[in-house]
Amino acid sequence: MLLIRCPWCGERPEPEFRHAGEAHIARPADPAAQSDADWAAYLYLRGNPRGWHRERWRHVHGCGRFFNALRHTGTDRFAATYRPDEPRPDIPAA
Amino acid sequence: MTTRFGLLSLAREALRGHRGWAPQWRSPERPQPAYDVVIVGGGGHGLATAYYLAKEHRHVGRIAVLEKGWIGGGNTGRNTTIIRSNYLFPESAALYDHAVRLWDGLSRELDYNVMFSPRGVMMLAHSVHDEQVFRRHVHANRLDGVDNEWLTPAQAKAFCPPLDIACARYPVLGAALQRRGGVARHDAVAWGYARAASALGVDIIQECEVTGIARDPRGGAVTGLETTKGTVRCPRIGVVAAGSTSLLMAMAGLRMPLESFPLQALVSEPVKPVFPCVVMSNTVHAYISQSDKGELVIGAGTDGYNSYSQAGGVQVLSHALEAVCELFPTFRRMRMLRSWGGIVDTTPDRSPIIGTTPVPGLFVNCGWGTGGFKATPGSGHVFAATIATGAPHPIAAPFALERFTTGRLIDEAAAAAVAH
Repeated sequence: MLLIRCPWCGERPEPEFRHAGEAHIARPADPAAQSDADWAAYLYLRGNPRGWHRERWRHVHGCGRFFNALRHTGTDRFAATYRPDEPRPDIPAA
Repeated sequence: MTTRFGLLSLAREALRGHRGWAPQWRSPERPQPAYDVVIVGGGGHGLATAYYLAKEHRHVGRIAVLEKGWIGGGNTGRNTTIIRSNYLFPESAALYDHAVRLWDGLSRELDYNVMFSPRGVMMLAHSVHDEQVFRRHVHANRLDGVDNEWLTPAQAKAFCPPLDIACARYPVLGAALQRRGGVARHDAVAWGYARAASALGVDIIQECEVTGIARDPRGGAVTGLETTKGTVRCPRIGVVAAGSTSLLMAMAGLRMPLESFPLQALVSEPVKPVFPCVVMSNTVHAYISQSDKGELVIGAGTDGYNSYSQAGGVQVLSHALEAVCELFPTFRRMRMLRSWGGIVDTTPDRSPIIGTTPVPGLFVNCGWGTGGFKATPGSGHVFAATIATGAPHPIAAPFALERFTTGRLIDEAAAAAVAH
């Protein structure tokens, strides 16, 4: 079970949270101008890396707010969690 | 040279103290410098693809299977071996039923006992919503020529006596039963396909991880692979790498509609035969059957975040076990022996992706998510035809990667509302 630090509530156990997929995927400003391929990329294509992954979580059984996290998908270790309005933390060197 | 299994070979080896059995498949230490088709991924689907390529499409030439670990060490050896074909949409029913028809007779075809046991797969309905969904499935399946029938709670109890249909927490309002569904021995499926493919000339190279995909700078077509055991030239590559598919496709510059999640299972101590069928409860994410060794084999739902760790949270397992203990009170005092995780690649519509890619010469068979084992023979069969001809097999055509652009999804995710 993961121990996750909500930026507002602090460290809480994983069952209080829900994973919400890859972070920093912006909805196109003008959907009507998108090609089918662009729209498919926005909706469905994901990096799914083995390594550091920027992702969204929601503290559903807590404050209910979304936040971002930087987590390694090989070890499940969190490097940082951050609010949507905060700058993206750097990927750890090691 | 592969020995044909039978009473004669068994008797001969019994007299010789079983010292004459050769390894079941050739396992060259290193790949050849060039092949005509390379399958990346030596799980059940990859080995089945190589087998059907060698058997039904001999003209493709030299075939190799590259496996980063060992045969049967990935999801093929980690799943709960459930086989069924009662999916909602006609495209899915055609694909999975193609597999079920191949399962029936596979042991004879491969000359290897895969222990296919069509003992019936029963899916429990715990709510009015479940009942409506499953009844819809039963009707849709019957229209598609796939067997599936609705059981009353009493009939479900008669089919599976350990089931507590008056369970207070998860009452059983009925069940959908596919009698042709069942289980098979997962290791034997990998070994049987490896042995049969090897006998047809396929090179199976284990502990050979692909580290790069080489492409023609002009047309973009694939020209070969970089591996931990050297460079391999090949004009056609079939990626059948389950949870690692996104990583391999990224080597060819492609982003995939996939996310990889841990999926866990566990087995109990072995007991005498007590459980006659497979029971699934989608609502509580628990799947249970009894192996021929006597262990209860229990599958849980996926963990909630993408990961390659092959390990998940214990709360996911305890959630499945709590439900199993409620539904089968007789198992409450059984001890669990071991648990493990595999990495499954899930698509947005929970249907697989089989077919060509925007990169010429690169084919992909992935996205089977939590339910790929059941499709192993059918998946290999249609993917082999797709690679051999360069055009999708008719059963595979609806599962093309393009469906995410055209919008023609095969939304089994919405149909089941849960993992498969």
